[in-house]
Amino acid sequence: MIRLGERRVAWDKWLLFTCAGLVVVLTGSIILFIAGKGVSTFVTNHASPVQFLFSTDWAPDRAVAEGGPGVGSLIFLAGSLAVSLLAVAVAVPVSLSAAIFATQVAPKLGQRILQPSLEILAGIPSVVYGWIGLTLLVPFIRLHFGGLGFSLLAGFLVLSVMITPTIFTVSVDSLRATPAELREGAYAMGSTRWQVVRRVLLPAARSGIITGVILGLSRAFGEALAVQMVIGNLRKLPSSLLAPMTTLTSAITMDMPYTIMGSLWNNALWSMALLLLLVSCAFIVGTRLIGRKEARV
Amino acid sequence: MRNGKWFKSAVSTGLVITLVLAMTLAAGCSQKPKAEALKGSFTAVGSTALQPLVDEASKQFMATNTGVQISVAGGGSGTGLSQVASGAAQIGNSDIFAEEKSGVDASQLVDFKVAVVGIAAVVNPGVTVSDLTSKQLVDIFTGKVTNWKEVGGNDQKIVVVNRAAGSGTRATFNKFALGGAQEIKSMEEDASGTVRTIVKTTPGAISYLALSYIDSSVKALSLNGVAPTKDNITSGKYPVWAYEHMYTKGQPTGAVKAFLDYMLTGAVQSTLVPQLGYIPATDMKVVRDASGKVTTK
Repeated sequence: MIRLGERRVAWDKWLLFTCAGLVVVLTGSIILFIAGKGVSTFVTNHASPVQFLFSTDWAPDRAVAEGGPGVGSLIFLAGSLAVSLLAVAVAVPVSLSAAIFATQVAPKLGQRILQPSLEILAGIPSVVYGWIGLTLLVPFIRLHFGGLGFSLLAGFLVLSVMITPTIFTVSVDSLRATPAELREGAYAMGSTRWQVVRRVLLPAARSGIITGVILGLSRAFGEALAVQMVIGNLRKLPSSLLAPMTTLTSAITMDMPYTIMGSLWNNALWSMALLLLLVSCAFIVGTRLIGRKEARV
Repeated sequence: MRNGKWFKSAVSTGLVITLVLAMTLAAGCSQKPKAEALKGSFTAVGSTALQPLVDEASKQFMATNTGVQISVAGGGSGTGLSQVASGAAQIGNSDIFAEEKSGVDASQLVDFKVAVVGIAAVVNPGVTVSDLTSKQLVDIFTGKVTNWKEVGGNDQKIVVVNRAAGSGTRATFNKFALGGAQEIKSMEEDASGTVRTIVKTTPGAISYLALSYIDSSVKALSLNGVAPTKDNITSGKYPVWAYEHMYTKGQPTGAVKAFLDYMLTGAVQSTLVPQLGYIPATDMKVVRDASGKVTTK
């Protein structure tokens, strides 16, 4: 009986270990695959990495007679960064205020109404956001702000709604995790609620909040569909908030079906995917570093 | 306890054996009555423009040939051509000739032209112009003309919308309507449905669509006085059209050949093809080769 029990444990352990190992192998092989495909632009097609990163000349199918192909992806990288940073700039004040409201001002209301409604927001598929953006937001911008409607503005507004639940949820969790003594002590010293939030709770929950912001940022950076539907996909550096623009993800989803595996164009798209992966990795490393620094303090 | 375990494993072994036997028997039974019929399974992948037709035809084909399993997938013309050339798919669907796509060895592919699709320039219904000359069209898409009043319309800015670079519709329109002229950088959309929505809602917009996508929400333009109708296309008067190709690697055999033959029978050509908005390849009174040369049949 006992021996049988021990065996069961060993078997369970083995299963868990295999699954855990599988996840690591899966992640590793995806990264290796994308990296392998991504570097072939530079290794097989001999494009210059410097040109890839810093040139705005994107014409992967241009004939040699007309100057040869160009694979500068700066337009796409700049577009991705602009749209996701602006989205974060809009979403952070809103979601942070909501998180403070839900934890400090009206915890019951927060738990019963605010949190579930933001969870619903998180569950809406991105194509629906894109569709709403295309049918409501784009014409609204065209009528009231001018331009075509398809714009950087439409892109980051849609994104900011999409990433608000992420930042909100993580911020709420870290605000709730702050020790009650901190808050009570501050109130006992005669602080007002605003002072408690501003001077005690926000600094105490800082690392959690920053993690939430970076998670939101990486979601915005990697979002393809909703953004693609409202930004107009103009292959130019965004010149104003009302101008159409394009992003890395948008360019990849638009062009991938039409390219031939192994061609320069296809390889350049893989390089852009690698670039996306690297930037996302940088975001994750960033959160880890912040977490470690906080742990030491 | 030990006995219990023995019993358990005996039962599970018994179950497995029964299952295997049942499956073998079932497979044997289903094969017997269809000994003479076609058998096999294959994949047709590629062009999203052609996908609805192939999908519908494959359903009809499988209904009469129950031993055949056809999987139809999209992915774009580029995907279709590379998959069939590499042998990953048995049929590659494409909007363009394999010869026109660099990176594909067209010499080993066999072309089946199953339908013709006409493409027309479309404008927002608010645009008063209804006919353009080739030169005017080229001037608009190359950015030389930027206001509708320059081509006889109202004083309104022209908004050019393109399909994604590499799309078959764009390649066809560029080649036969614009004479290969280099278009200005413009908004790009990767789906015909999105293009139609944008043209419908954006004042002064111009783009192009396959005839099957044109409805009353947008206005199709005549080119040099010739309307984009089925009769004008089959007689060769209206030049902007393309074949829908189904490619195989080498001459097809067995079920693949039977299916491609079926695509060209009256059942598909005279009912399904027009129903879905294509023009039957068999109705064409002119032929075009890969280099774009048109001859009368």
